[in-house]
Amino acid sequence: MSTRQLCRRSFLYGIAVFVLGTVSMSGSVRAQEVLKIGVLGVMSGPAASWGLVNKYCAETSAQLYNEQGGFEIGGKKYKIEIVPIDDKNDPKLAVSGAERLTKQEGVHYIIGPNVDTTAASVQPVAEAGGAIYFPYAFQKTLYTPPHGNAVLGMIASYQAGPIIYKYLMDKKGVKSVSFVARNESDPLNQRDEGVQAAKKLGLEIKSSDDTYEPGTTDFFPVMSRVVNKGADLIVLSGVAPADAPLLIKTARELDFKGTLATETAQDIKILNEVAGAAADGFICVGGASTPEIRSDEMEKFADRYKKVAGEWNDEAGTKVYALEIILATLKKAGPEAITNIELFKKTMPDFAMKNPFIKGDKMLKYVGTAYFSQPRQIGVPMVVNEVSDSKFQTLFVGSVE
Amino acid sequence: MEQMLVNGVVLAVNYALIALGITLIFSIMNILNFAHGQMFMIGGFVVYYLYGLFKVNYFLSLIAVVLVLGVIGWCFETFFFRRMRKMATREENSMLLAVGTALLLENLALSIFGEKQRGVPPVVSGVYRLGAAYLPAGRLLVMMLAIVLIVGLLLFVQYTKLGRAMRALAQDREVTHLMGVNVDRVAAFGFALGAALAGVAGGLLVTVFGVNSGVGNVYSIKAFIMIMIGGAGVVPGAILGAIVLGFAEAIGYALLPGSITYLLIFTGLIIFLLLRPQGLLGKPWG
Repeated sequence: MSTRQLCRRSFLYGIAVFVLGTVSMSGSVRAQEVLKIGVLGVMSGPAASWGLVNKYCAETSAQLYNEQGGFEIGGKKYKIEIVPIDDKNDPKLAVSGAERLTKQEGVHYIIGPNVDTTAASVQPVAEAGGAIYFPYAFQKTLYTPPHGNAVLGMIASYQAGPIIYKYLMDKKGVKSVSFVARNESDPLNQRDEGVQAAKKLGLEIKSSDDTYEPGTTDFFPVMSRVVNKGADLIVLSGVAPADAPLLIKTARELDFKGTLATETAQDIKILNEVAGAAADGFICVGGASTPEIRSDEMEKFADRYKKVAGEWNDEAGTKVYALEIILATLKKAGPEAITNIELFKKTMPDFAMKNPFIKGDKMLKYVGTAYFSQPRQIGVPMVVNEVSDSKFQTLFVGSVE
Repeated sequence: MEQMLVNGVVLAVNYALIALGITLIFSIMNILNFAHGQMFMIGGFVVYYLYGLFKVNYFLSLIAVVLVLGVIGWCFETFFFRRMRKMATREENSMLLAVGTALLLENLALSIFGEKQRGVPPVVSGVYRLGAAYLPAGRLLVMMLAIVLIVGLLLFVQYTKLGRAMRALAQDREVTHLMGVNVDRVAAFGFALGAALAGVAGGLLVTVFGVNSGVGNVYSIKAFIMIMIGGAGVVPGAILGAIVLGFAEAIGYALLPGSITYLLIFTGLIIFLLLRPQGLLGKPWG
């Protein structure tokens, strides 16, 4: 056999092996079931970080599971596919996005939306389309009977607010408070809840009617008025991460010496870059996995998150929980629950797993019965932070039952 | 009261710089540049990266903003709007193209710069007291630089050959062409100058307010309000519009609950436009 014939034969063998390998590989990929999870939220515009963090968290977890061959439910491994949709914080787009997810993509589990208006608009679509959704919106009616398809993904402002105010009354002698909120449904609701909570605790309300328009960048005019009220504490109700450092910086430039706080999660890098030293002493709800309490699994997630998103976001410590609890609940409920959400709902009250993201043996379960008359909230740890020397210092870690 | 006046002056000067660029482009090309706010945003990001991250001198960063946005503006005019102007028969086409460029820049920014708010270290620090009012040094610096730029622009448009050509183009494109002016080159320069002004405004204000990928639309809307008040395409009108909007905001926020201020501004604007659709200094349409 000549060298040329040998080469030709080797080449043909090579082609045959490649074709067979490709066919068998595509066969094995086809054989693997896919579990689609929707992420519906604001991923563009000023509030983009809220929805993008949801998306990045889901994509990060999905990558980690898929690298291990998928997530096992009922003895079969499912490849996790994330289907993200940007609702631009617009209820109309949220409805069309939810319709696309439930009707075209066949999705039954959706992470998001991010605010009251979009979450409320999605409710009828999710209920008609047989989908469970995990909003980051605080409107109680979303989670209370007769509605049962929404599960709150984080700590609500009305849960964190009273605890923060009480802490400030006891530790810093705060006696009076002013509220300032963005002129939108969510922050205004959070302000009203905050005012009620502050009144119950006996705080003097110096002012609560100051608001600013979405997209405001110059807060000098509105904060001049708020600071003039002379309260010990200014609460930035439902403040977006983009607005918080500007409000803090402006208050300090106007010589405000009291305490500034919010019941929402913030980003330390943004606080440092925009507010600098003015952010020292600022109190906010933290991501539910501060470095002090993080498990090894959370560290692994954080490392991968940085590769997916480019940098860590403190909010990701809270938003990592949604996909994890969806998958774990499906595992317990069985593979039929992937398309039958009633089985998922039946599993929720008794569901409990070891919290994989924090050290120790804390359990992760569905909570919120005291607020919604049914367990429709992910039991993420409640972390309250104070900015100190350009870092988040954990003041205390609590929980909602 | 003093704080209200200080807030009004600071807002008016900042707004004037933003409105001047958009009115310049409108006057020369009869295009409402919907991407003006996005150009402002890119200016902010250029300063963020150069001054904030790579520690380049702040004033050199501002020069870089002029170059980057000038090139973007020149490209937009040369490759998009000029072609559209020659091909299209309806004005709506250029308007839709302008909206498209705004979306293009915003989504590119979101992909390249990310979703987060960004900020830079202050160029100067400290807070001055003016009677009972506070004026941070950073805002004072921005205000001074903005005034220098506004005066410089007005002098340029009024007294240079290129400025006169731009004014001629704004008055009558055909006659300007017949007078031997290269209208394409002047239009491209005007668009580049307008874009550079938006970028410089962003580069100045990033030191005070920070910047994020979604901030553009807010500034575009405010720029539209100002040129509607002052008169579209009229340079002094843009400054007048900025003064009216700046003081309306400052007075409104000081005396009224926050949400009422912009409600009154928009209501007032509707009534004003019903009575004087061409704005304070604009000529009647047609």
